[in-house]
Amino acid sequence: MNPTDQIRAILKEHARLAVDVATLSDDSDLYEAGMTSHASVNVMLALEGTFDVEFPDRMLRRGVFGSLASIRAAILELTQGATTEAAQ
Amino acid sequence: MSPGLSVGLDVVDVRDIEASIARFGARYLSRIYTRAEVDYAMSARDRATAARRLAARFAAKEATIKALGASERGISLRQIEVARRDDGAIVLALSGAAFAAAREAGEPTLAVSVSHEGHLAAAVVICTWVKP
Repeated sequence: MNPTDQIRAILKEHARLAVDVATLSDDSDLYEAGMTSHASVNVMLALEGTFDVEFPDRMLRRGVFGSLASIRAAILELTQGATTEAAQ
Repeated sequence: MSPGLSVGLDVVDVRDIEASIARFGARYLSRIYTRAEVDYAMSARDRATAARRLAARFAAKEATIKALGASERGISLRQIEVARRDDGAIVLALSGAAFAAAREAGEPTLAVSVSHEGHLAAAVVICTWVKP
């Protein structure tokens, strides 16, 4: 399963969306699709468990969890950072 | 002098709090609530009351971010603590990025009120300031 599919699976399980996650584009607004602020916390915790990362405080912004694309960008940044640190 | 006023409101389903505790356990609690908030909630006589207390606090944290207009500031919810005074009244204690956001907003006075009924908890935060 690629990262985008993994994120979609997490959104399906935790985001409490009012629509089928499969119908959302990468840039669809997840809050407009029904995700509450509390559901976004569950999404964050599930992402951390799946991708073995931890969101730093600076990334705890509404926009980071606002779309599949923004979540994917954040995960990419965090996992690339981990790879860079491991290589040093 | 330029006075200002803003308000934030949030509603949380207590059942969602219970589900998150069941699913993520201590990791959920430690990422959202301060030690004092968890200790107070868990001192309740039963788990349902503890979940209501946590739900009200989550709502207060979100309402504070709304009142400060700080949803893009990178604020950990742990930086917004719902503290209890000796007389039982609750007040907001800000730290880190939340404190910085408030300072930039003109060092406002914040007032918070929480309530719960059935499976819903709600909080409202009123923010007033005077800019020179």
